[in-house]
Amino acid sequence: MSLRTPLGRAVGLGSAKEGVSHWWWQRVTSVVLIPLSLWFVFSLASLVGADYQTVVDWMRSPIIAALLIMFVISTFYHAQLGVQVVIEDYIHTEWLKMASSLALSFVTAFLSLVAVVLVLRVALGG
Amino acid sequence: MLTNNRPLSPHLQVYRPQLTSILSITHRGTGMFLAFSSPVLVYWLWAIAAGADTYASAQVLFGSSFGRVILFFWSYSLFYHLCNGIRHLAWDAGIGLEIATLYKSGWWVVAMSFGLTVAIWVVGYAARGGSG
Repeated sequence: MSLRTPLGRAVGLGSAKEGVSHWWWQRVTSVVLIPLSLWFVFSLASLVGADYQTVVDWMRSPIIAALLIMFVISTFYHAQLGVQVVIEDYIHTEWLKMASSLALSFVTAFLSLVAVVLVLRVALGG
Repeated sequence: MLTNNRPLSPHLQVYRPQLTSILSITHRGTGMFLAFSSPVLVYWLWAIAAGADTYASAQVLFGSSFGRVILFFWSYSLFYHLCNGIRHLAWDAGIGLEIATLYKSGWWVVAMSFGLTVAIWVVGYAARGGSG
């Protein structure tokens, strides 16, 4: 039985002091992914018949490379936040929930770093 | 893990499917599919970075019938999650929460997701230049 008012609980930061940051960043990444993912899939579709050099030249443009990096970071962060909720909803064994959450964070962070390195490698002509 | 016998909602076995509930679980399903297919994005970038030969073999893989089926589901999932995501953002702003509007925006999501999927494949086949 808490003596705090409903307002006091609502404006608090929660036991992990995280507050609404999960909710907020899911929205931030989703808003940024609306234009970025539309741009990405229509770019992909227009590159279907392109030869290798055309694709490389496309990625060497600083604007394209920057957009791709923004796209992969937003994508993997959004995926991490989304799958996190699914894990919390369906996995009720505490150690398994914790292990899945940690694995999810490591895998998404690693994949987004690899993706950024790959974009930079092509963009900077390594 | 249940510590009491409070009823769970909804009872999936006796719950009549509705547009709203189907769209809701589809949002989660497409989200999971997109998340689990995200390593393919890294593979595509790796193939470009690795050179012309690796990129060519990736092109063969993506162009195979299996590759195209996966890419088709991927494109539909992305457009569905995108359209329904906009619906979610509107709800977060307190817009469109009336039952009639929920159904209207729901059908709009169904139509837009299929429309965008058709559009992207038209662009793709046009870029490929005729013969599939």
